[in-house]
Amino acid sequence: MEVKITVNGKSETRTIEDRMLLAQFLREELNLTGTHIGCDTSGCGACTVLLDGKAVKSCTLLAAQADGCEVTTIEGMSKNGELHPLQEGFKEEHGLQCGFCTPGMIMVAADLLSKNSSPTETEIREALEGNFCRCTGYHNIVRSIKYAAEKMNGVTA
Amino acid sequence: MIQCKTSKEIGGMGHSVKRKEDDRFVHGTGKYIDDFTLPGMLFMDIIRSPYAYAKITNIDKEAAMAIDGVVAVITGKDLEQYNLHWMPTLMSDMQMVLPTDTVMHQGQEVAAVIAKSREAARDAREAIMVEYETMKPVIDPFKALDDDAPLLRPDKEGQKNNQAWHWEVGDKEATEKVFNEAEVVVKEQMHIPRIHVASIETCGCVANYNKIDNHLTMYMTTQAPHAIRTVFALVAGHVGLTEEKIRVISPDIGGGFGGKVPVFPGYVIAIAASFLIGKPVKWIEDRSDNLTNSFARDYHITAEMAGTKDGKILATRMKVLADHGYTDAAANPSKFPTGMFSIGTGSYDYPTAFMEADAIYTNKPPGGVAYRCSFRVTEAVHAIERITDRYALEIGKDPAELRMQNFIKKEQFPYKSPTGWEYDSGDYHAGLELAMKTVDYQKLREEQKELRKQGKLMGIGLSTFTEIVGAGPSKDFDILGIKMFDSAEIRVHPTGKAIARFGTKSQGQGHETTYGQIIAEELGIPSKDIIVEEGDTDTAPYGLGTYASRSTPTAGAAAAIAARKLRDKAKKIAAYLLEVSEDDLEWETGKFFVKGAPEKSKTIQEIVFASYTNHPQGMEAGFEATHYYDPPNLTFPSGAYICVVDIDPETFDIKVRRFVAIDDAGNIINPMVAQGQVHGGLTQGLAPAMYEEIIYDEEGNAINGTLMDYLVPTAVESPNWETGHTVTPSPHHPIGAKGIGESPTVGAPPAIANAIVDALKPYGVTHMDIPITPYKIFKKLKDMGVLDKPITE
Repeated sequence: MEVKITVNGKSETRTIEDRMLLAQFLREELNLTGTHIGCDTSGCGACTVLLDGKAVKSCTLLAAQADGCEVTTIEGMSKNGELHPLQEGFKEEHGLQCGFCTPGMIMVAADLLSKNSSPTETEIREALEGNFCRCTGYHNIVRSIKYAAEKMNGVTA
Repeated sequence: MIQCKTSKEIGGMGHSVKRKEDDRFVHGTGKYIDDFTLPGMLFMDIIRSPYAYAKITNIDKEAAMAIDGVVAVITGKDLEQYNLHWMPTLMSDMQMVLPTDTVMHQGQEVAAVIAKSREAARDAREAIMVEYETMKPVIDPFKALDDDAPLLRPDKEGQKNNQAWHWEVGDKEATEKVFNEAEVVVKEQMHIPRIHVASIETCGCVANYNKIDNHLTMYMTTQAPHAIRTVFALVAGHVGLTEEKIRVISPDIGGGFGGKVPVFPGYVIAIAASFLIGKPVKWIEDRSDNLTNSFARDYHITAEMAGTKDGKILATRMKVLADHGYTDAAANPSKFPTGMFSIGTGSYDYPTAFMEADAIYTNKPPGGVAYRCSFRVTEAVHAIERITDRYALEIGKDPAELRMQNFIKKEQFPYKSPTGWEYDSGDYHAGLELAMKTVDYQKLREEQKELRKQGKLMGIGLSTFTEIVGAGPSKDFDILGIKMFDSAEIRVHPTGKAIARFGTKSQGQGHETTYGQIIAEELGIPSKDIIVEEGDTDTAPYGLGTYASRSTPTAGAAAAIAARKLRDKAKKIAAYLLEVSEDDLEWETGKFFVKGAPEKSKTIQEIVFASYTNHPQGMEAGFEATHYYDPPNLTFPSGAYICVVDIDPETFDIKVRRFVAIDDAGNIINPMVAQGQVHGGLTQGLAPAMYEEIIYDEEGNAINGTLMDYLVPTAVESPNWETGHTVTPSPHHPIGAKGIGESPTVGAPPAIANAIVDALKPYGVTHMDIPITPYKIFKKLKDMGVLDKPITE
């Protein structure tokens, strides 16, 4: 089948197998390998991307379901060589170690901050519930997201 | 607390330098194994056994081969033709690559499909028809030695029963005597369950065998690329794949924690497939396969402590039944089948101990693989820290006071333990004092008293552990005969910038940053000017890899010594350039200057440039050094952890209210990175303490083999960790460091378990096995008949 998906602002049309997952579409058709696959049960969240602005697990969606939609991946976060505040936050607050869960974490955090610009620690933790990290114990991920929220709100750290 | 000798610009030890590796990770441009795509690459999928113990009577490939895109189906019989169907484990046991006739555990590899696409391979996996004749499996290790138990490993010559090995250490008779005469003896039976590291990236590889060159490039998720290359050569040398024809490349790794040390059959099958077909073959393990195929822990421990009525520990005794599954695929040093379990005499000063272990074969996947601690320190620490609390409970003494009374004093180091270790250094009293001050321990105890009066359950748990890492001295430590040194090679380019390569392999620990800081400290070259590279066996010096908290103790030491070799050379060049004797020179970070005439100096960059452009005649040109570091002793990090829990008296829901971790890892290279290691390690200590366990039914079915029911803690369950440290430098380590990665995973579970048992003290509970869940508490209290007992102090 043919799908047309806008990925990181660029329209992409591809003929794909019906059963192709959105995660595979991004990784294999578009070579956007920043979206990672860590499980087969929607458990880990490493594959999280934004679909029309909302965080979704791209291993649980068919690419066909994203037909006509806008997708943002980790590769679409920095603009003109400038890190997105979340990317900067993860770097500044040591919010990542092995880096495998990081793109998913950043995308789910982007969804959170789009709905709630000043989340509390509890709200951040609850937003991360569908995303596993084995390295950081989440401690500095929470701080990274706070850093980004403050920066986006114009509060200087 | 942490003193820096270098400026922020140099970025030597003690600076929280931001990580170099982060830019690629936050951009999504890290390169993990599944990101490799080679021209003509085929995909492999693996068919696995649904049964724990069965004879394979037939494998019908026909339907699978008929699927469009399927290239080959490989079985054990196919590999047998090349004598590639068995391979040695790192413990010199044997493991099947693919079975020829019998499967030994549920989830064992039975056959592999090679196809032109991932989808075709998966379709073929479903289409292969395997017929089995099931047999009654051995699941309970306590029944594995029964007379009617089947002999699981008839392949092993002289194997009469299901015992893999017996091990013991200490003085059995002396220990028995102390126990017979002691005023107080306490004893608990403990199980440290099977758990899985569940790194977010599973295992995988791309095997690329080139027929023309007879050369294999193996891209794979390995924490120990060099050792693994040697294993491959041992397995496949007889078919022409000798070691110089194998290049192992370990790219960015999405978490390791020891789970990426072993040689899994999938790797070897992919190599065999690429070798036979002549094309690159990719294998990416799926999550369920990952979760049900190799395990850490599974120690059944009988722990005993003898002491006086007033709290002096006199002796300990531990007996272990180790469930190793069908083969011992652990990665312990050869002479230490139980790893460093003998550290289980703990942080306390007493002369007598005895420990023994019996390893048992069962119809479960290979056990003994790591979970952020490969060498059984977690098991040992859990046993000693739990039994110490049990002793305190028995004699009615505060567990903190009891620990203070029994700690090895700082002036007693180096301290010879009753099981033969020489603890290098420590200040256990200082660590516990700081932890107690941080939580305000006395106030918590008073609060606990009050809460109990109100019928509330609150517990305070301690763990004051001694770790043992940095394996290890070549005298005693080897894996498959290869001594456990590690290595560093530093090359400084003419313009003063450098590349350094190591035999270890980061999986998130931040080596690209921290190793650079060690070199910056020693040479004064800014750490930002130093590229650190690991994971390519063609370019990096040989080393045993990253696991068991050994990178800083071994390769970190190698970096410091290689840098010092370069500083010695720099001094000669500086003397030549300044036309003075070497004795007239003094070193200050980044430059040599003439004593008494500091204006006469040469910077390290000037010296390096001269080594390529104007070096003294007779001296070797260039600025490079390599060092293979053979540690004189292990290092002994320690920690004092205090956990506070609140338990709902109705639902028994457990909430970790506070967790304070005071670690002593000696000198710290990068406080930010070290603290991050502690956060992650604590969470991987919380996990087995309260959530994680792979459970088997009596037929050997793993009943929770997906991330839906294997409970990896999320951000919601994980508490806000409170960390701190004391610094007792290792006296024998070149930079006084001890290693940090595993301490928190080792120390956290007993602190949590002790807190929960302490909370349940009003019910008379003396022990609970981890993971401790609300249901387990309910069941324990019900079985004890105390569910309705009112809570009182």
